[in-house]
Amino acid sequence: MPEVHLIQPGGLRVTLDVPVGTSIMQAAVSAGVAGILAECGGSCMCATCHVYAEEAALARLPPVQPAEHEMLACTADERRPNSRLSCQVKMTDDLAGLSFTLPEIQ
Amino acid sequence: MTDIAANIPVVDFDPFSDAFLTDPYDYHRRMRDAGPVVHIPKYGILAVARHAEVHGVLNDWQTFISSAGVGLANFRTEKPFRPPSLILEADPPQHTRSRTVLGRILSPKTVQQIRAQFQEVAEALIDRLLEQGTIDGVKELGEAYPLKVFPDAVGLTEDGRENLLAYGDMVFNAFGPRNQLLINAAKRVEPLTDWIMTNCQRQNLRPGGFGDQIYQAVETGELTETEAPMLVRSFLSAGVDTTVNGIGNALWCLANHPDQWDKLHANPALARQAFEESLRFEAAVQTFFRTAGRDCELAGVPIRSDTKMLTFLASANRDPRQWQNPDVFDIERRATGHMTFGSGLHGCVGQVVARLEGELILSTLARRVRRIEPLGPPTRRLNNTLRALASLPLKLHAA
Repeated sequence: MPEVHLIQPGGLRVTLDVPVGTSIMQAAVSAGVAGILAECGGSCMCATCHVYAEEAALARLPPVQPAEHEMLACTADERRPNSRLSCQVKMTDDLAGLSFTLPEIQ
Repeated sequence: MTDIAANIPVVDFDPFSDAFLTDPYDYHRRMRDAGPVVHIPKYGILAVARHAEVHGVLNDWQTFISSAGVGLANFRTEKPFRPPSLILEADPPQHTRSRTVLGRILSPKTVQQIRAQFQEVAEALIDRLLEQGTIDGVKELGEAYPLKVFPDAVGLTEDGRENLLAYGDMVFNAFGPRNQLLINAAKRVEPLTDWIMTNCQRQNLRPGGFGDQIYQAVETGELTETEAPMLVRSFLSAGVDTTVNGIGNALWCLANHPDQWDKLHANPALARQAFEESLRFEAAVQTFFRTAGRDCELAGVPIRSDTKMLTFLASANRDPRQWQNPDVFDIERRATGHMTFGSGLHGCVGQVVARLEGELILSTLARRVRRIEPLGPPTRRLNNTLRALASLPLKLHAA
């Protein structure tokens, strides 16, 4: 199973095995990773599964759809060019080994 | 009705009967234990009651479509009782058009703007009820609060707002069969239909409110003239009776679990989590249908195109395959992932506003009320889709 790394604001690194087709958010919530609230459960409605993707990942991630674009305007922490909602990023083999940094607040 | 494979476990009860609706939990357990997909011959439908399959069906909108209706009726073969909703009973691309606009109007940004106003109303209402002491938690709090704050935010007239309760009751009954519940609800709502449609028109909506913002999307070319009143209608049908019951059920849960109330009273910051747990434990919305848009397979079970698929949201919320001690009400639990708001593309578009209302009521109560004492058993209001109370006699003890 491909893995991804989630890096807490303090630097702590959590590595998750994520089945292909499962969202990064779902994998993080199932593993009980602190810092991903995902209040809406993956409906792109709450902006509480915000992550920063590493630069190398950007071109490999699925493009931002209009609903995610709108919701990224509502994140509690600063929106950056590499901001994504992790509920909208489904695992593929191509994403194996990538890192996502969690924001200070959701 | 479509062919259903012979080897799917059969459950022979009626999920829209008074007995089921009054106390669904044992029926839920029996369905979950029967298999990942079960057959309900009474209605010629399939159903899923485990968390994994409920989540799976709701997240596969390409296979399990909404445009054929999210109730028992199949719009591909039967005429809907009202023009279908442009968001609930639609698939992309129509769904995307509607959702983009409603999602922006009901965004977390909006919540920041309306929060202070919603808070003020919650405090004034609860102060008044505390003076009164003995209250009906459903009428005077569960109904009174959403019926004030949400129509205010939509920009609706003050007159006749109680019509929204009858309208919501009818809309949610209409997702079930044409049983006595639906017949009675339709009779009550008939004289109110004109009021509903009139209040969806722009000239009757306060400039700047949620309703008016839908019409602004017509000016920018995102929506058409005919779509706008239909989407205002969605606010009126889905925005009140749902939160009314979300709050009513939360009060019932807390009144009946004094140990959990004590935790909330000691730490009002738990209000948001407590509301979330009550949504899981007593799901205000119990079920929704989807329709197989093509021949497919789910959990190894072959499913014919046009088969109606009933998803038991409330049962997923208590599936021991997903939750530890699912029948325990625990406000410190991490309840996110419950299915009460649905999931995926069609997940409730108003959920941030619903959470705001629930959080503010519970946090205000937590600060000002020491104890919520039940004064006798509640009365249920049966509905084909909603878990609803008709009355909940309570005594509030001031902190």
